[in-house]
Order: sequence, then structure tokens, then C-alpha cells
Amino acid sequence: MTSEKKQITIQAEDLTVGYFRKKENIIISDTINFSFSQGELIGLVGANGIGKSTLLRTLAGMQDKLSGKIYINEKLQDQYSTLQLANEVSVVLTEPPASKNLSVLELISLGRQPYTSWMGTLSEKDKVAVNNALQATETQELAHRKCFELSDGQLQRVAIARALAQDTPIIILDEPTTHLDLYHRAYILKLLKKLVSESNKTVLFSTHEIDLAIQLSDKMMVMTDKASYFDTPCNLIEAGHFDVLFPKDTIRFDKTTGRFSIKK
Amino acid sequence: MQTTQTYRVYFVVLCLSLFAAFLVNLSLGSVSIPIDEVVKGIFGGNASKETWNYIIIDYRLPKAITAILAGGGLAVSGLLMQTLFRNPLAGPFVLGLSSGASLGVALLILGAGAFGGFLGTALVSEWSLVIASALGSFLVLLAVLMVTFRVKDTMAILIIGLMFGSVTAAVVAVLSYFSNAEKLQQYIFWSFGSLGNQSWEGILILGCCTFLGLFIAFLSSKSLNALLLGENYAKSMGLHIKRTTFLIIIATSVLAGSITAFAGPIAFVGLAVPHIARQFFKTSNHLVLIPAVLICGSLLMLVCDTIAQLPLSEYTLPINAITSLIGAPVVIWLLVRKRKLLF
Repeated sequence: MTSEKKQITIQAEDLTVGYFRKKENIIISDTINFSFSQGELIGLVGANGIGKSTLLRTLAGMQDKLSGKIYINEKLQDQYSTLQLANEVSVVLTEPPASKNLSVLELISLGRQPYTSWMGTLSEKDKVAVNNALQATETQELAHRKCFELSDGQLQRVAIARALAQDTPIIILDEPTTHLDLYHRAYILKLLKKLVSESNKTVLFSTHEIDLAIQLSDKMMVMTDKASYFDTPCNLIEAGHFDVLFPKDTIRFDKTTGRFSIKK
Repeated sequence: MQTTQTYRVYFVVLCLSLFAAFLVNLSLGSVSIPIDEVVKGIFGGNASKETWNYIIIDYRLPKAITAILAGGGLAVSGLLMQTLFRNPLAGPFVLGLSSGASLGVALLILGAGAFGGFLGTALVSEWSLVIASALGSFLVLLAVLMVTFRVKDTMAILIIGLMFGSVTAAVVAVLSYFSNAEKLQQYIFWSFGSLGNQSWEGILILGCCTFLGLFIAFLSSKSLNALLLGENYAKSMGLHIKRTTFLIIIATSVLAGSITAFAGPIAFVGLAVPHIARQFFKTSNHLVLIPAVLICGSLLMLVCDTIAQLPLSEYTLPINAITSLIGAPVVIWLLVRKRKLLF
């Protein structure tokens, strides 16, 4: 890590996320404060239903925040148009692509949409970006396969490749490791780590792989029903924030190994 | 992987087949006219027999053009619906447009009985049928658009379309119960669909509507491609979901609505043709698919119409029956062969 000050890419001030339904706000999580910088891999952890996805969707502009402020590259998120935001933030969602009939190359090329003309045809520059994305995710040999022929692990790599092709300074991934075996979970997270160190992007991912995230993330965000904590994994362990992540009667966090174990 | 070169070959083949089918369609019918005479009749002037000239220009040519417009338009609107609803079974009529048209026509024909005698007969002319069915489609469209702006979920729009269908079926059933056999037969004949008996003004209006719908569809190619990933992804790539949904629904409604108004409800073309086109053009890119589906739809409709007019006989079968007889097995064949229907 260099000591020079890195530019802040996403910042939240007293952010409250949730839903607006039947004329009242349903608050999922509130008083969230953090600032993510360039070249940081940030792991977001928390129990099911604590609001990880809601927070990610809010940051990506897919749903409105309830209150507070979000800055994307030091400009308020509300001031971005949908297209401008697509130049800053790309996403990898838990949902598979709606059409599995797309070829891998077609799917990844769609990531260039914010930059293409109304016809959506690729320029030379777009083709270079698509090729780079294929290379970075080692999906070249899948390029002409159809999505329905891919395994879950391959599909996840392709989804990440599409986000890379979109060429944004920020990538947000919602549980990129679900449905994958241990090897692929480690593979995907190492891939994210590599992307961050090579391209100076900000990569934010939510996960249930807390021990893997502790090992790989530069910073982590722990969401609990009382508050959200944002710091380096070591500091979070020291402060004991992982201990309160889950009810203590079933599993407990071991500070020395950085792992959860089942309470016997 | 298919290159632009392969697509070009396919498009040339399709266009030639379309032209061939067009000539064959003009040449066959209750009276068989040799192809070279057909060519003479439409392009330069005069066929050897005056009656042939009359048959070609006043009867078969309008019918063939209607078939091309209706087939292509319905097929493209089917493609739009399958992508918008991300459902391989969606067709142009899932929005309830044909139900709206049916309701309009049912109210006109079956309801006209209530006025009785002279007024009833005067109401049911060729143009009044077109207007009633267009009005019916348009009202349903308005309802659907209102729903689109209130409901976020596209699936909800799909279900609402189906509900319109049920309501229409119920109203038609009630109307049928109270009307006489003659009126009922007239309504049923309309529901069979018919490509013939179009005036040139009618074809001009239909042509303009089809062109408008196709134009919007083609302009939406890029957005349609984005929607293949799902709404959330599409939005993350800078797409305005509501504006796009609105445009696609307008395009479909203009296409399906105008075609239903002129030719009656025609089944299966919108559902089956996009799947057939995807078999040949192994792509999901709408920039290629829209023209492909357009030509395939026109071709299929011309072939269906040629069969429907039962060459060398006096009879004409209902076009709706032929499209269903051909369309349904095609969908089943695709399902059995690929084991699942992808869009």
C-alpha cells in the first residue's frame, strides 16, 4: 500500500436505506457512514436480511435512498443521470441474465452499452475493452458458448467480465460467491483482489464468506442491527465487531484464527 | 459463431424466398394464373387476359400485400413482447389487444342486434368493423399504459393483459347468449381472420401503421438488447426502463392493433416466428433479429395464405385456422428438439 492519499470514490453520510411503501418508510438500515477509496477491495458482511443487498442496490442507483447523502466521485449521486451513473458504477447481481440464449461474447459486449451509439454496434475501442475483460476473467475460451451451457462458476466469471467491459471506476457485486464451491469462491475473490491491485478500481462485494473476506479485503463493512462498522479487517476484529454479527448461542467468533466456529 | 457474411447470405435467401412466395401466392387461387403472366400483370401493364388482370390487381395483390404486412408486423410485435416480458411464450396479444378488438367487434355486431332492423345493418359495414376493433384495442392499450406507469413489475402487466382476455371472453359469451344465429355467425367469421377484401385505402393505412411500429421497434434495438439481461442490469447500463417499456408497448400496440383491426385476430404468427428466426440466426441481437423476424413472418403468412385459398377450388379456409395448424406444431417441434424454449 502506498502512503499517498487515494481519491475517495463512494462516500455515505448518515445514509438510511429501505423501502417506501404505503406512504411510509420501511427502514432496513440507518446511520450508515463510510468512504471507499480507489484501489480498495471492500467486503460487506452481515446476517441475512440485515440490508446488504438493499444498501448495494441503493449505492448502484437501482432504488432510492430514504435519507442521507451518497457521493459518487465527490458528486452527489442524485445529480447523476442514469447514463452518467452507468459510466461510474457497474454491477454484478445475484440474478442470472434474463435470456440464457445470449452468447458469452454478446453478453459481455452489452457492457459497452453506455458508450455505443443508438445502434449499439461496437467500435474498435469497445472491442478492445471487451477483449481485456475476457482476458482478465480468463473467459476467452467460453466466448462463443451460450449462457445456458455454462456452469455457475463460469457464469459468474462472465458476469464479472461484463462489469469490467463497462469500464467503470466502481464495481459493486452482490454475493458473487453464492452457489459456488470452495475453489470457485476463492477463485472469484482472488480475481476481484487482482482486479483491484491492477486497475485501481473500487470493488465492493457482499458475501457470507466472512473468513475469506477477512483474508482478502482491504477494508470491511460489518452490518449489524444496531449499527454499521467500517474499518480494516484487523481493526474490526480488535474492536470485536464480528462477535456481535450473529446471536452468540450457536456460533462464536475466534479472534486468533479470524474464523467462526460452532459452539459445542 | 456466425459472421455478418453468414447473415447476409441468410437475408438474401430469405428475400428471394419471400419474392418467390409472393409470386406463387398471386398465381394460385381458384383460378390458376401462370407466373410470367403474374409478373406482366403487376409490373408492366397487362396480362394476356383481362380477367386475369382484374383478379391480380383488384383481388390478389391487395391480399398478398396485407399478408406481408400482417405477417411481418405480428411477428415483430411477438419478438418485442418476448423480450419485454422476458417470456418465450409471450405474443403480440398478451397485452389483451386482440381481446380489446374482439370486444369492440362483438359489441358492434352482437350489440347491433339490439338496435334492430335497418340501423343494425347500417352499423355493420366494413369500415365500422375496422373502427370498432381499433377502438377496442386502443382502449385496452390506454388501460395497459396506465397500469405501466403505476406498476413497476412487467409481469404484472402480462397478468393484467390476460385478465382483459378473460373479461372479454365473458362479455362476448353473454352477448352471444342474447343474439341470433346470423349475428353470431358474422362475429365468428370475423374471429376467423381474413386477409382479403381490403380496399387500397385500407392497405395504405395499415402500411403506415405497420411502418411506424417497425420504425419504433428498430430504433429500440439497443434497449431491447439491454433488456435481455433483465431490468436491473439494463438500468445499471444507463437504460431508462419506463421510457423503453412505454415505447415498446406503443410499437406492439400499433402493430398488433392495426393488423387485428384490418385482418382480425391472427393466431400463432407472433409467438412462433421469433423462435423460428432464432433457430437460423443464432443470435439475440435485435439489430439482426428484427429484420429477420419481419421477413420470416411475411414469408410464413404468404405461405399460410396460399394454403388457405385452397388452389384450384372455390373454397377459402379461415386464415386463423391455417396459422394455428402450422404454428402450433412448430412450437411443439422446437420444444421437443431443444427441450426448452429460450428467448
